[in-house]
Order: sequence, then structure tokens, then C-alpha cells
Amino acid sequence: MEHPQPTPLVLVCELTHRCPLHCVYCSNPRELAARSSELSTEAWSSVFRQASEVGVLQADFTGGEPLARTDIVELVRAARAAGLYVSLITSGLPLDEARLDALLGAGLDHFQLSFQGSTDSVAEQISGTKTHAQKLRVLDWLKSRRVAATLNFVLHRHNLHQLNEMLAIAETSSATRVEFANVQYYGWGFVNRELLLPTRAQLDQFLLDVKAAEERLRGKVRVEYVVPDYYAKYPKPCMGGWGRKVMLISPNGDALPCHAASVIPGMHFENVKDKPLREIWESSDAFQKFRGESWMQEPCKTCDRRTQDFGGCRCQALQIAGDASATDPVCCLSPNRAKVDAILSEIQAPPSTPMASFLYRPNPS
Amino acid sequence: MAIDLNSKPHLAPGCRLGENNNQRVLLMPERALRLNGPSLEIVQRCDGKHTVSEIVADLQKLYSKAEPGKVESDILGYLELLHKDRALDFTA
Repeated sequence: MEHPQPTPLVLVCELTHRCPLHCVYCSNPRELAARSSELSTEAWSSVFRQASEVGVLQADFTGGEPLARTDIVELVRAARAAGLYVSLITSGLPLDEARLDALLGAGLDHFQLSFQGSTDSVAEQISGTKTHAQKLRVLDWLKSRRVAATLNFVLHRHNLHQLNEMLAIAETSSATRVEFANVQYYGWGFVNRELLLPTRAQLDQFLLDVKAAEERLRGKVRVEYVVPDYYAKYPKPCMGGWGRKVMLISPNGDALPCHAASVIPGMHFENVKDKPLREIWESSDAFQKFRGESWMQEPCKTCDRRTQDFGGCRCQALQIAGDASATDPVCCLSPNRAKVDAILSEIQAPPSTPMASFLYRPNPS
Repeated sequence: MAIDLNSKPHLAPGCRLGENNNQRVLLMPERALRLNGPSLEIVQRCDGKHTVSEIVADLQKLYSKAEPGKVESDILGYLELLHKDRALDFTA
């Protein structure tokens, strides 16, 4: 080994791919895991214990909709018992006050509520479901309870103009954090990319407004944001580096270095039912594949930024450059940057695209 | 923000001390801060019972070789940072 093994800090637990929402940018893979293949309560509990032993500090419960698991309270309790900090990333849909209290009683540390917009109509067009009113009810319940709350707004060309209304929702809630996350273009988001990418003008206005909000809310609400990296000069440090900080467990127990890694041809993912988590993290082919720097090509190989962005995103390199070990094509130093610019040049029209042509994510069997 | 020396800092909801591989950490939404030496001494006293002045006095005793004014300004800076990160609240 040229480098000492890194320690995983975060375990992303995709507890299920089932979801009452059908968001057109869902980060789940195009091929969804069936309910019958999901890990049992006991299997997850073992994963939590093994993760904690390897050094993981935080478990992010996500999905699909994690609340679709009938054993969600038990899973929170098991993760806490293993010594992990537990975040629930949820649409808030299959929730009532009694269930919320049960989750908090089991030790849930952090409640993250996702929003599809600031109004009913946008949220419904994006998620194919009526959800907004329930989310506002959940915010009310959170106000009278002691738990950290984050609001997560997923942004794209059809709701970027609602930033101020979104901020107003955050400011009147008990949230201490608000995330404005522009859609990432993988999986379902990639399929619907042309309908979701904001224009440069929209993005510029957003950046002005969000920076002002960050200043204004300092000490009250922590404002964090992610720009769509097609517009960036350099790539994002995807997952904080491949196999460096994060391990993702899919509903059936496959261990992945990132949400989208299954799009890369020839990747084989070990399953936590077959192998110890430590062994998968330290030596499985999937986690070794793009770990460190030996896989890098030029310009990454000799670039000073390689220790900051780790060459960017492997899935994006595959999708746009056709080679998973190429420099992320959003990088201005990439020989493939022109392909990203070509995509952008086609979406400079004002955001009047009808939403009817979206491909909605279905539910797994 | 100016920190009131008589206020009592306490960890915000969803923030707590944790430990892994003998490393103490402050766990909070989406991040964890390693705590060593002075930072651990400070955070351990952010329990809603100690005032900022008391924390300063404690650490000035603990780090008696350091210049007391520097200890105070370092503590205030650190508390401000934790407040900005929404890890800390103050009660009057």
C-alpha cells in the first residue's frame, strides 16, 4: 500500500428503495432493489456494530424513504447502541407525532427533512405526489421537540426562483441548518438533465441571494449550498475522495463507495452478508479501484489540486468522457470540458420547459 | 457576536460528545470535530452550568503557563466559532 488505509467516518444506509415520492432527480440507481432483497433488522444491526469498530462516527439513514421500514425505530436504537450518531433523511411522509416521539426516544440525533420546493404545485410536479402540507406539519411537530433539524431543498430550474420563500420556511422553523442542494446529474437526474439544469442567469442570482442569506442568518441557521458542478471551474471532491470517508450500504447489503458507483461497468460490489465490513472497506476491489492517486490520468496525475478534489467524480467522468478514470469533465483542465459546455449551451433558454415530459422514478417491486 | 461573559454555553440540540478509537469528538449534524487538550476542556464545560467567565478562569488555571489574556481570547474565539456552527447556544 502506498498510503495508510483511511478511516471511514460516515456510513450511508440506504435502508430501502421504497418511497412514496417519485422525484425526477432521485439519487437511487435506475435499477431499484426489491423489498424482498432488503437486509433484516439483525443484519443492519450487525453492520452498525462493525462500522463503529472500523471507526465510523455517523450513520445517515436514507432510502428511498427510510420511514417505509416498519422497524425504523429499532434500527435507530441499534445504531445508537453501536455508538453511532444517527441522522434520518426523510420526506416526512409516513410520519405522525407518535412515531416521531418513538424515533426520538430511540435516540435519533438529527432529523433532516427534504423539500421539493416552497409551494404545493412545484413540489407535486417534481415528486409526483402531494407532500408539501405534510412537510409543514412535520416542521410544527419538530418545534416543540428537542432534536437537531435540517431542511434540505433540492434545487433546479423550476424552483431556484423560490429561494426567498424557502428561506422563510427555514427561518420560521426550529431548524439550525438549511441545505440548498442543486440536483446532481446521475441516475434519474441524468435522464431528466435537460429539464432540470438551471440557466447561468438563474444560478448567478441564486448565488448572490444565498450568500446574503448566509451572512444574515449567521448564528441562527447555518446555510450550506451545493452548486450544480457543470457550472463550476473545478470538480467537487466527490464523496470526499473515493473510499476515503464514506461507505454506502444499499438496501440489499451491497457496499458501495458512492450512490452512483453501480453505473460504472465492470464494478463488483461485495455484500455485507458475505464479508466483514472491515475487509470490504480495506481491501475489496470496488473500494480500492479509485482510492489514492495511482489510477489517475493526466491532467490529474500531476495537478496540485488532486489532493483537494481527488480528480472529481468517477461516475461523471464515465457519463460524459466515457472513461471512469478520466479527469472529471467539469474541470476546466479536462480535455473533455467542451462536452459539458455543449450541454450548457443548449439550456440557456429561460426555464419555460413544460414539466410534462419528465421521467418519474417508479417504486421497486 | 459579542459573547456575554455571564452567559452559560450549552450544546445545541443534536450536538453531543462522542468517542471512537480513543479520540473524543463533538458530534453534530453532518460533521464531527476532533477534540484535543484545550478544545476538549472547553466543550466539556459547555454544560449549561458554567458561565463563560468560569470556563475562562478554569482554563487559565489549567494552562497557567500561558498568558491569561491569550487564553481568554482563544476561548471566546472558539465559543464564537461553535456558535456560528450552531453547535452551541447560550442561556442568560
